[in-house]
Amino acid sequence: MQEIQSLMGGFAVAMTWFNLALMLAGVTLGVLIGVLPGLGGANGVAILLPLTFTMSQQPGGATSAIILLSCIYWGALFGGAITSILFNIPGEPWSVATTFDGYPLAQKGQAGAALTSAFTSSFIGALVAVILITFISPIIARFALRFGPPEFFSVYLLTFSAFVGMSKGTPFKTIAAMMAGFALAAVGIDTVTGQLRLTFGFTELLKGFDFLIAVIGLFGIGEILLTIEEGLEFRGTKAKLNLRVVLDTWKELPKYWKTSIRSSAVGCMMGIVPGGATPASFMAYGLAKKMSRDGEEFGTGKIEGVVAPETAAHAAGTSALLPMLTLGVPGSPTAAVLLGGLLIWGLQPGPLLFVEKPDFVWGLIASMYLGNIVGLIVVLTCVPLFASILRIPFAIIAPVILVICAIGAYTVHNSIFDVWLMIVFGILGYVFKKLDYPMAPLVLALVLGDRAEDAFRQSMLGPEGSLTVFFANPLVGTITGAALFLLFWPLISRALAIVRGRNGRGG
Amino acid sequence: MDEKKPVASMRAAELVMAGLFVAFGALVMWDSRRLGASWAEDGPQAGYFPFYIGLFIVVSAVVIIFRALNLGEKGRVAFVERGQLKMVLLVMAPTVVYAALISNPWFSLGIYLSSAIFISFFMWHLGKYRWTRIAPVSLGVAVFFFVMFEVWFKLPLPKGPIEAALGFN
Amino acid sequence: MNRRTTAKTLLAAVVATAFSALTPAFAWEPTKTVEFIVPAGTGGGADQMARLTQSIIAKHNLMKQNMVVVNKGGGAGAEGFLDVKGAKGDPHKIIITLSNLFTTPMATGVPFNWKDLTPVRMLALDQFVLWVNKDNPATTAKDYVEAVKKAGPGKMKMGGTGSKQEDQIITVALEKQSGAKFTYIPYKGGGEVATQLVGKHVDSSVNNPIEAVAQWRAGNLKPLCVFDNERMPYKGKVAGQYSWNDIPTCKEAGVDTDYVMLRGIFMAGGVTPDQVKYYVDLFEKVRQTPEWKEFMERGAFNQTALTGKEYADWVAKAEKLHEGLMKEAGFMAKK
Repeated sequence: MQEIQSLMGGFAVAMTWFNLALMLAGVTLGVLIGVLPGLGGANGVAILLPLTFTMSQQPGGATSAIILLSCIYWGALFGGAITSILFNIPGEPWSVATTFDGYPLAQKGQAGAALTSAFTSSFIGALVAVILITFISPIIARFALRFGPPEFFSVYLLTFSAFVGMSKGTPFKTIAAMMAGFALAAVGIDTVTGQLRLTFGFTELLKGFDFLIAVIGLFGIGEILLTIEEGLEFRGTKAKLNLRVVLDTWKELPKYWKTSIRSSAVGCMMGIVPGGATPASFMAYGLAKKMSRDGEEFGTGKIEGVVAPETAAHAAGTSALLPMLTLGVPGSPTAAVLLGGLLIWGLQPGPLLFVEKPDFVWGLIASMYLGNIVGLIVVLTCVPLFASILRIPFAIIAPVILVICAIGAYTVHNSIFDVWLMIVFGILGYVFKKLDYPMAPLVLALVLGDRAEDAFRQSMLGPEGSLTVFFANPLVGTITGAALFLLFWPLISRALAIVRGRNGRGG
Repeated sequence: MDEKKPVASMRAAELVMAGLFVAFGALVMWDSRRLGASWAEDGPQAGYFPFYIGLFIVVSAVVIIFRALNLGEKGRVAFVERGQLKMVLLVMAPTVVYAALISNPWFSLGIYLSSAIFISFFMWHLGKYRWTRIAPVSLGVAVFFFVMFEVWFKLPLPKGPIEAALGFN
Repeated sequence: MNRRTTAKTLLAAVVATAFSALTPAFAWEPTKTVEFIVPAGTGGGADQMARLTQSIIAKHNLMKQNMVVVNKGGGAGAEGFLDVKGAKGDPHKIIITLSNLFTTPMATGVPFNWKDLTPVRMLALDQFVLWVNKDNPATTAKDYVEAVKKAGPGKMKMGGTGSKQEDQIITVALEKQSGAKFTYIPYKGGGEVATQLVGKHVDSSVNNPIEAVAQWRAGNLKPLCVFDNERMPYKGKVAGQYSWNDIPTCKEAGVDTDYVMLRGIFMAGGVTPDQVKYYVDLFEKVRQTPEWKEFMERGAFNQTALTGKEYADWVAKAEKLHEGLMKEAGFMAKK
């Protein structure tokens, strides 16, 4: 139990009043950053990086510095869910899937319950990931090394398979929307050949279509327009405003232990590989919908539909720090900035970091436990406060939300063009919703499209590049197999039903 | 005026949207051809996937068009009623003006002043609030964001004459 | 962009007068926040250098105004370069370059050239090292290249960052020199490439020292040669008994190829010599700090740091060199 001892040492490092104060400050700031769409954990960490530089040069200062920065990250992970649930505006990319059931819950007047389950699930996801990091990080690091381009492609395929077949409307609208997402993802530079695609000579298109801008428009602005059709108010204003709701929700949460375990596993895998928190949240939501008894009712406001993506996103976000520390490969944009921070502070992420700087590493790991506990307390006590935002009259809150959206869209790339793009996506979101085009496949395609394509084409390069690489070893074969099985599950289940002589309900 | 009067039918909306999809898909296919859309020796070329993506978009949009033409009674349902459209425009028009005020080639007000104006207008026009209520909210929000982005985060957002006069530019 | 109003000019004049009490009247100084543009994403080599600079400037109070780092990496950096190109005469915008200053306009046809910008100074040159997995039987660069030749064209995979950029250019130069043929696999970041090499998904890489050093020290990768005409000067022990200085040059190792990457600072076009001088001096102060020196050693940078005409000449020569390499490799955009 070497690890326990090291961890205790870590707690001794992290548990100073100064560090605890930093945690509180970091988490609070992180929540604020997480709430604002566009401004992500990566921005928050990058902005405060220079501040930590001086800090890091005192003895033990590097640990304090990373505690501050990583707590901003935890805060952002928590905070992303807030606007997703209240206004259908994902504060962070990984909270898109949280809107699917979180927002309907809020509309039903259960914003408090949705927020509580989101925060609690986030905490559980993070906890599982930290425990994993504490005890089996060497094994995990070796596992991550086995992922080459074919493995990455199979993981992305699995994410798609877990998610498709879940929209109600006609399949043609689903295909059109999803393909539009893929097309938008292709805009900009092509990684494999370095050619510009679909930019038509416009400077503004060079950077491609950012997922967040599309999402703020489609979900956030589109929803405001739909709401206003019915009159000048948000629904769900009668949300309960006391802390009792936290306890009531906690009583319900243990029912979803299976979803929690599955989503934690999905999240940890996606964080370590590293595949990212956003795909993890989509995959976990899709799997929960397919496997839950209430799967059919997902999207109408089920607590389970909030638990799945939040658990996975936080598990992935937390475990993404492991490849950063042990391999020097960032598992998320925020981890990339933290990685830069380590180098600036004079630390060298890599296999030897655990050996050479045990104080730092174990201090950080201890702070993951503490930071998440601090974070959970902060956000849970604020649940009534957040829920009360819905009581602000529409004519005040609506323009403020629009301002927040505009600032969010601008900050993604410091570009006013993106604000216009957000407005266009907003109108598109409104029309899509009215005509029954599903938006989730479009968004997922936009997130994963170019990554999946890169991985596919990287796999194809070279003389032995053929489709067989996706079955070339047990690891990639298993993932690809699982993906294909999930993809064709509706057909398989229908076939089975016919064989059994019953009327298949279809998928 | 009849607020329930349909401005556009479901069929018309379906056709317009699907038409846009056809155009978009065709554009994607056209640019992909330029890049090379075949399967070369070293795997698919840059335009290979986008080309078929464009093709899928066009094909599914064409199917949607045919379905829309055969919608029958359902196609005549209102896509949006006059009253509804009015409400939507009530939000959309100020938002567009807001975005234009932030930055344009002639007189950019910056994001903070524009936000204050936008919120004020909204509260005054839709909420019928008094100025005693409007001023603190709109200015408060603008100042809050100003302090947050410019002072704490050092993240420059578009600024206008007021900020310049105050020495922040 | 903002129109200059009379009020603003007036204010600037007042501010300038206020400051002139403290500094000699002729020296130009920034009057507002300086944007430090990185034509690449967060976390990469250029980004690290920019953020380190920002930290050093803040810590040592080297500038009265603030400096903010802004990433504009779209279109292989074209987004950032076009932004600075468009800000003609704006002295509050500087940009750090990678080789994409040359390669991006050539490979994509996006209209910009370093001559649209004002060269300020070189900060350092980044080295490239040929790395293989620890289990690779080759002990010298010559051995490895021979093995690649023997395996047959395209059998061995070279991993690198981006397409038609520095890593692929080096690969092509190496191929031309030796007659070996690689399959080049482009990835999005240097750290990713190093990990892929440890996981044996590629056979070699030309990572910068800083991207692969952690894996070298852990014994997972081994360096074969450095693509420069002199050995790296750092003699401190890095990995076990080896120092950066122990890595032979590729010429010594029998595969005569060299390439270094510019880490330099540019401003927009149409700025005054005073303004350029301010930044030249500012970065000189940054270079003298212990933090910067430590960073240079950690990343085994070549510390050549030209300014003025020498710098401009160097850049012009580098452009020629890239043009030649890109043309030979067939990487130029179709007109």
